[in-house]
Amino acid sequence: MGWKGYIAKKVAITALTLFILISINFFLFRILPGDPARLLFKSPKASKEALAYIRERFGIDKPLWVQYLIYIRETLVGNFGWSFVYNEPVMNVIARRLPNTLLLIGSAAVVSTVIGIILGAIAGWKKGTKTDFIVFGFSIITTWLPSFWVGIILLMVFGWRLRMFPLGGVTTPAASYPSIFSYWADVLWHMTLPMINLLFWYLGEYVLLMRSSMLDVLAEDYIVTARAKGLKERVILIKHAMRNALLPVVTLTTINLGFVVAGAIQTEIVFSWPGLGRLMYDSLVMRDYPLLQGAFLILAICVIAANFFADLIYGYLDPRIRVRGEE
Amino acid sequence: MRGKGKSALRTRFEEFLRSFLASKMGVIGAALVLLFVVMALFAPLLVTHDPYKLGSPEEVLLPPSSEFLLGTDNVGKDIYSQLVVGAKVSLLIGFLAAGIAAVIGSTVGLVSGYYGGIVDNLLMRIVDIFMAVPSLPVMIVLAAILGPSIWNIIIIIAVLGWPSTARIVRSQVLSVKERPFVEAARCIGASDLSLMFREIMPNVIPVVSAQTVMMVANAIYNESVLSFLGLGDPLHISWGMMLHYAFTSGVMTTAWWWSIPPGLAIALLVLGFAFLGSALNEVLNPRFRTR
Repeated sequence: MGWKGYIAKKVAITALTLFILISINFFLFRILPGDPARLLFKSPKASKEALAYIRERFGIDKPLWVQYLIYIRETLVGNFGWSFVYNEPVMNVIARRLPNTLLLIGSAAVVSTVIGIILGAIAGWKKGTKTDFIVFGFSIITTWLPSFWVGIILLMVFGWRLRMFPLGGVTTPAASYPSIFSYWADVLWHMTLPMINLLFWYLGEYVLLMRSSMLDVLAEDYIVTARAKGLKERVILIKHAMRNALLPVVTLTTINLGFVVAGAIQTEIVFSWPGLGRLMYDSLVMRDYPLLQGAFLILAICVIAANFFADLIYGYLDPRIRVRGEE
Repeated sequence: MRGKGKSALRTRFEEFLRSFLASKMGVIGAALVLLFVVMALFAPLLVTHDPYKLGSPEEVLLPPSSEFLLGTDNVGKDIYSQLVVGAKVSLLIGFLAAGIAAVIGSTVGLVSGYYGGIVDNLLMRIVDIFMAVPSLPVMIVLAAILGPSIWNIIIIIAVLGWPSTARIVRSQVLSVKERPFVEAARCIGASDLSLMFREIMPNVIPVVSAQTVMMVANAIYNESVLSFLGLGDPLHISWGMMLHYAFTSGVMTTAWWWSIPPGLAIALLVLGFAFLGSALNEVLNPRFRTR
């Protein structure tokens, strides 16, 4: 399969996935019990005329397949409906929250990737030693600890008992900032505990991946050759082993994007971090289904799009992937 | 696979047991799992109070004492007794969800790997789609719509969990089906069904069992997250639900006796299965790594 065929296949699968997701989103919410017009109009005393007006206004009187086509058209142009709670377009609410999520996920992912790769490389390099045992054990345990619970503990110890960090939010309420620097200092201070919470969740995964990739690479002939040539250990570790061990880690990192999002949802909820995850939770609690639907769809689209680009990048980086097709 | 005597099977089992017991991780994992299984089975004997019974106003949010071993929650229910009862829900959901996912996943993987061609292509594209979608948000939305019940949660976790098993089984089947004994069975006229389930399946079971144990860990974890979000079955006490109430009542940072134990229980049980799964993987499939 050539490069063009590879791209075509990936585009087709991504488009199909998005289409199925949007369809599921539509039909799932149609099986909700109750009349949508009644849901919109909370007052039980709403007149028949008012309900009929709502039905017509929102297209609920049309046949299901017409509603479905309208839904797809509106979703594609970015109209995700109207939020009951905020009383404004869902897209506006989401647009306000998205940067917070990206800030938190992005910084946590960068930090944990770097630390994870270094720790994993060291553990793999020193396989069987005490260092390896500690790093390996720590990674396995932290990846399986309930993330939301780790968040609660962090909040309890460092937020409540020691009063070192705030209990939630992105900035101090009603604070005024003399400079942009003090604003970011405040954000960073609020972000510390959520970041640590996410590091607990992400780090182990990267360490384990890098370690196993290192073990594979260290068994290769070229490492033996490098040793036989009398190269320094540090040179072998960094130039020969780590470099080659990185590719599979990059490959697998993006497959784990769903897991990155899962961590962010839990952390945002515990620390009241106003991102998409917290938005999903809030809309769940307040039964604001259009908002829940919109937040879910945006999260899913972000993950699918990122997966798509990641696929393209390693198809480009590693020709074996696109030639082999699938394994 | 067939044609081996009972004694050969027994030695293989002893061999398995010996190498399993040599793995520290496996032993720790098995011990943790056993601990919670015993807790779930003997729950009626272990509880000190009725975990569903509300306490009097003076019994609200009490710290641990000899009367209430782990204190009480904001409606005066005994936390220790809730913790004991919660093991049952976690184990039930974990085993059933992972079991259903294992059955669907192995069947799909078997059919896909065995037939190849269009069938394989179609099934694997479905798997791709499942794997591309972020599972926690999907679980949240499904649980919100289907409504809170143990069965809904089991089905949701199973439906999202089978694709990884299908992929692993398929890649195993691809190598197993080329082996001479499969060819031999085909030559003596064995049907497709018998080739798949009698000849190939037994060789895939070691991989499936390790993967399924891992999936139990995953299922228990996911159940706890969903319950923590308030999507759990309100009629049954689960550890995630306990944390949900601690969180929503606003005392999670002060009432440590309420917010620490359930999370610790989830962590220990999940870790138990994860340790057990990776030990099984190492013993049964030395050349095969999943995580």
